[in-house]
Amino acid sequence: MITINQKHKKRLAIVLLMVVGIGITVTLAVIAFNENMLYFFSPTQVMAGEAPMDRVIRVGGMVTKGSVERASDSLHVKFSVTDYAHTIPVEYIGILPDLFREGQGIVAIGQMQEGNTFLADEVLAKHDENYMPPEVADALKKAEETSTTSTTSTTNE
Amino acid sequence: MNNMIPEIGHFALILAMSLALIQTVFPLIGAARGIPNWMAVARPAAVGQLFFMSIAYACLTYAFVNNDFSVLYVAGHSNSTLPLVYRVVSVWGGHEGSMLLWTIMLSIWTVAVVIFSHSLPKVTATRVIAVMGFITVGFLLFMLLTSNPFSRFDTLSQIPADGRDLNPLLQDPGLIFHPPMLYMGYVGFSVAFSFAIAALLGGNMDSAWARWSRPWTLIAWIFLTAGIVLGSWWSYYELGWGGWWFWDPVENASFTPWLVGTALIHSLAVTEKRGAFKNWTVLLAIIAFSLSLLGTFLVRSGVLTSVHAFATDPERGIFILMFFGIVVTISLLLYAWRAPTVGKGGHFEVFSKETFLLTNNILLVVACGAVLLGTLYPLFLDALNLGKISVGPPYFSVVFFWIVAPLMFLIGVGVNIRWKADQAKALFIRLRYTLLISIALGLLLPFLVMGQAGLLVSHGVAVAVWITLTSLQAMRDKMVVKSTSQGEAKKLRNLSLSFYGMTIAHIGVAVFVIGVVVSNAFSVEKDVRIEPNKPLEVAGYTFIFEGTTRKDGPNYKADEGVVKVLKNDKEIKVLYPEKRLYTVQNMPMTEAAIDWGFTRDIYVALGEHLGAGAWSMRVYYKPFIRWIWLGGLLMALGGLLSASDKRYRRRMAG
Repeated sequence: MITINQKHKKRLAIVLLMVVGIGITVTLAVIAFNENMLYFFSPTQVMAGEAPMDRVIRVGGMVTKGSVERASDSLHVKFSVTDYAHTIPVEYIGILPDLFREGQGIVAIGQMQEGNTFLADEVLAKHDENYMPPEVADALKKAEETSTTSTTSTTNE
Repeated sequence: MNNMIPEIGHFALILAMSLALIQTVFPLIGAARGIPNWMAVARPAAVGQLFFMSIAYACLTYAFVNNDFSVLYVAGHSNSTLPLVYRVVSVWGGHEGSMLLWTIMLSIWTVAVVIFSHSLPKVTATRVIAVMGFITVGFLLFMLLTSNPFSRFDTLSQIPADGRDLNPLLQDPGLIFHPPMLYMGYVGFSVAFSFAIAALLGGNMDSAWARWSRPWTLIAWIFLTAGIVLGSWWSYYELGWGGWWFWDPVENASFTPWLVGTALIHSLAVTEKRGAFKNWTVLLAIIAFSLSLLGTFLVRSGVLTSVHAFATDPERGIFILMFFGIVVTISLLLYAWRAPTVGKGGHFEVFSKETFLLTNNILLVVACGAVLLGTLYPLFLDALNLGKISVGPPYFSVVFFWIVAPLMFLIGVGVNIRWKADQAKALFIRLRYTLLISIALGLLLPFLVMGQAGLLVSHGVAVAVWITLTSLQAMRDKMVVKSTSQGEAKKLRNLSLSFYGMTIAHIGVAVFVIGVVVSNAFSVEKDVRIEPNKPLEVAGYTFIFEGTTRKDGPNYKADEGVVKVLKNDKEIKVLYPEKRLYTVQNMPMTEAAIDWGFTRDIYVALGEHLGAGAWSMRVYYKPFIRWIWLGGLLMALGGLLSASDKRYRRRMAG
């Protein structure tokens, strides 16, 4: 027969406590993780209706030349972001990063609004002159590929 | 002769690598087979290796100082208009030079071990030096094969007339201190790692081993702590938007070794004092350095995009990943094979200091795991082509709070509980008033000092008071135990330096916590459109923007704003925030202007010119933000005191 003495009981309690503690922590971590995962969408994906309305997402592309419009009495800014296949309008209130320029790649974090406008809470630009956000580079490449395949398929018809 | 300098540097790197190879192979075989002559190679090889590394380093510095733009790396990271001090530190302003800095620091640590290891058993010292040699070989191979800082342009016609300049973000005194400190920390963990591997190879691990490892680990930890604090402070004033930590993957890369390193210095204390946790300590030493390597991989491979990621080159990433894989695999295999022979160590009861330190370790490692999850998971998804995600800072903040809150509470219990065994009831009686006072002050202080309160702030202040009071209580108890007849001053002097170190480091944690919770809760951040001479109220201060003037620097043009700060209609400060345009890279930069204060910072940064004299401007009021860095520095100071405890000094000299 196995007898569990007082010392073992105590030790077991501590171990159980630790396991439960770590379990709770991990569960909380996973929940927080899921809530804070930010998916990336290119303008093409947004126009195709893939982007959720009720979640914070990231959207990226090139700032369309000549699209930046500033309000004269506040920090409200409108511009559009393109992957050269599709373009979506973005609105933002605040100070744009130093390296925000027309014709440059940016990533914006925020939520989609009615009418396919993206309301950004944060706009990120590159840190040096060669840098292109990899998501943006990828989105541009994909948009280019789809447009070439669609052109070829039209010519085939 | 001048134009041969880069070739001499390159040649010196090759020689350093040959010596590092010798420093690894012969001593390892010599130690295994018991051949004294082969073992004796370790020390001179390590010294020679540092000699050639220094030559290489001096050559690259020479190329920068003399604007030798025929060297690719110099042309890419410097300019003839760049001030001399930045040309000197530009050596580590990019990828190749950073690796050179990394490696020469490894050589310096190795030679430090060579000098201070004469009283170690010869076999152990030899193995430690050899393992460090192995790591050096890896990094030198990496430099020579993929990242040679001395590469030149292929033809004369490609050589540019002037360099492309150092990234303006880096043109700041922060660059002088932050990378070397951080790297000293990163690389310093290689000593603890090498001690662990040497112990596993030798199969003998006693408290002398821990006493040996401890000061080295502490010194590495001090550097890493100071490096992270400096980096945080730098980003606060340089990036221009007043944040002090962004959960940027690269920051996380330096933070994960810090968390495990912190666990390691605590677990080493147990191993030294009580002989317990030997296996665990060895594992932590392996993990801490592996995380340093992983951090290097993340930053240098270009898989991450951040301020710190210089270049994207898949070849480099693969090389470091392979080296990381080799080091981790070998050390974990060795661990699995030899750790069972290391022995269990001292016995302890469930309710004892040992258990609390173990809990501290588990929490720190779990915290590290959570940070790694948030940092690496997006990379895995991306590598497997499953989509591009990123993890927002709230994840880290939430998870961290839940892990760190109990940890902070346990500090207070841990410093007061006895080794081996203690009575829960007796401990509760010892600490109950402290607990009550902490909770009361947590509720009261925010009201009294800031005039407002919040749940999180009260929690943080209570924890900070708790840590401080319990630390002082532990000190008083220790003085009572030490002696009853001596005067108070004498008793204070009798406490060991390492005890003072621990107390100060823990109080540093308290100071840090206050800085975080108060600045988080009560900061006022206004991004506004500001017109000249129209006053703006923020957090009880009046800001009057008086327009901008032109003020040009050696390699930039700048608009300097004049902002008067008034409190109760009395001018307290004039701030001069700048917007610079670095002409070579055509890159704008924000130079924030800050009125520093012990209990609050006023932070002003220019956004952009909106026409008609109006600017967008960030106007921030940040209470107690300096306490964040002050706390970090106190932790480092505590580490320094512990490391200079006389029981290590006696051992080190010799």
